[in-house]
Amino acid sequence: MTAPLHEPTAEAAPSAAEEAAVASADAKAVQGRSLGRIAWERLKRDKLALTGGAVVLLLIALALLAPVITSLLGQDPNAYHEDLIDPLFGTPTGSLGGVSGDHLLGVEPVNGRDIFARILYGARISLLVGFLSALVAVVLGTILGILAGFFGGWVDSLISRVMDGLLAFPQLLFIIALVSVMPNEMLGLTGTGVRVFVMILVIGFFGWPYIGRVVRGQTLSMREREYVEAARSLGAGRLYILFKELLPNLVAPIIVYTTMMIPTNILTEAALSFLGVGVKPPTASWGQMLSSALDYYDSDPMYMVVPGVAIFITVLAFNLFGDGVRDALDPKGSR
Amino acid sequence: MLTYLIRRLFAAAVMLVVIITVVFCIFFLVPKWAGVDIASSFVGKQADPAAVEGVRQKLGLGDPIYVQVWEFFKGIFVGRTYAGGGDTIHCAAPCFGYSFRSEQAIWPVLTDRFPVTLGLALGAAVLWLILGVSAGVLSALKRGSLWDRGAMVVALAGVSLPIYFTGMLSLAIFVFGLHWFSGTYVPFTDNPGKWFTGMILPWVTLAFLYAAMYARITRATMMEILGEDYIRTARAKGLREPVVIRKHAMRSTMTPILTMLGMDLGALIGGAILTESTFNLPGLGREVLLAIRNQDLPVIVGVTLITSLAVLFANLVVDILYAVIDPRVRLT
Repeated sequence: MTAPLHEPTAEAAPSAAEEAAVASADAKAVQGRSLGRIAWERLKRDKLALTGGAVVLLLIALALLAPVITSLLGQDPNAYHEDLIDPLFGTPTGSLGGVSGDHLLGVEPVNGRDIFARILYGARISLLVGFLSALVAVVLGTILGILAGFFGGWVDSLISRVMDGLLAFPQLLFIIALVSVMPNEMLGLTGTGVRVFVMILVIGFFGWPYIGRVVRGQTLSMREREYVEAARSLGAGRLYILFKELLPNLVAPIIVYTTMMIPTNILTEAALSFLGVGVKPPTASWGQMLSSALDYYDSDPMYMVVPGVAIFITVLAFNLFGDGVRDALDPKGSR
Repeated sequence: MLTYLIRRLFAAAVMLVVIITVVFCIFFLVPKWAGVDIASSFVGKQADPAAVEGVRQKLGLGDPIYVQVWEFFKGIFVGRTYAGGGDTIHCAAPCFGYSFRSEQAIWPVLTDRFPVTLGLALGAAVLWLILGVSAGVLSALKRGSLWDRGAMVVALAGVSLPIYFTGMLSLAIFVFGLHWFSGTYVPFTDNPGKWFTGMILPWVTLAFLYAAMYARITRATMMEILGEDYIRTARAKGLREPVVIRKHAMRSTMTPILTMLGMDLGALIGGAILTESTFNLPGLGREVLLAIRNQDLPVIVGVTLITSLAVLFANLVVDILYAVIDPRVRLT
């Protein structure tokens, strides 16, 4: 650079002053509002999104409290109630798949396990896999996306090619294949533990390119902005620029993609369990309940409807909330 | 245009080699690290040690991984002879592996299942493109109207429903409740009419999910494009609104839709696993699922490769179509 030495500081000074002004204005809540504040105010007006968010919170609470709720109701997800089963057809006696005061959502055909208790325990698997696999994807995608966008050159080419390749892969098939070749014991985990762990890793691994691409694109365009140049000319190191200048500006797209990824991951987990490669019985999971219900869709439709509706409500709630968050964080949206 | 084509073809060829290698690593290296014996999973858990040893020799499992990949790759073009353990098996030219469990080559199985999946995917794609794109465009043009809200609520519900659940519901209602359809698959060559009626439910179920996704994306893309400067320019120079929409807005809207279509269609042609297993259609997806349940590794490898090839091919077609629609692509 041929610019005189004092210029960068002169250039950076107003931006620092601006920041201070914004900060003080924010503190007094007069004019300047932070992006988070604006987003929250917009989100507050979006009734559908708030409903979705509330349902998500309720589901998380139900999943966390599953053992407490089931013991309060005196039910166990794995206890058999064969007395409630018609010995001839194997379907529950009574109307609507055996709905009663004891069994709020009826019982399963053949062995008579309480469906409500199994739905609650199934929620734990769904949400655990949904959240943690999204976390894996976000961490991988953010780190690799920033690296690709910030360093460019061969680092960018390599990471971009890998992302293109992963996106072009038939994902569900690869996830199924990977999950199914995994052993039953690994890293001190057994059975359900291994399966959940492997699902989280594999779903997360196939999810990161979606976030990675967005982060890369954003980083690429922000790398050349004046504030980054200002920081650089002030002598800021690469790490400082990455974490203090770029990362805060990437928070909005990362949040949006994370909230949209969780429902997709929940659907993937349910699909894996439905296909019999995810969580294995007797551990309860929604997908696996639906898969056993496939044999009874004519004789005991309630058994199919309950887990199906559970998945639907959960995914819909996340989608509603995600759409709201996206609209709220969109800088082009109306304020 | 020609150099563009050559470059795309070359990239596809490289991708093919990468995919074969990755598939191999997944199925042959990962189990090794995890401490699972692959040879025994090729013949079955209860097989005697001699048979397992025979398979190990036939596949050359003791060889380095690149030798194994090369042998497999060569088999696709010139066929392959498995020797060892006292007998030899020949697998003819497009050899995508051999199932030691069912004692048959994989390729004939794949070609047998492929038409079912292709029919399902193409039929559904026609439906979802018509429904999804038109619903999305209408919603974008009449933003905030009753139609827009209604369509978007349905679309949101559509993307939130697992396909196997909508499939089961439609089976319960239309097959067992109303007896409108028989619920069994009839091959096209046996009876085209029955094939068609048998495919209606799978088509509609599959198309519903994708139409919902496409409607949401079309609406978002269209709305963004309608805000662009060149649309204002087109209007300012006095073009009538239908011309602006058709000639200017639709063209840009279709590019991302086309990319999606290529990927989705490719993935579906490689096996609509969930739809096929719900409706019990004997396609590639159900085949690979059965193979996974039986731990029949060669079939899984074969289908995975075919699927990857389908995705690769679909992406290639999309890239070429891109160059036709968007002249800028040809220049870079």
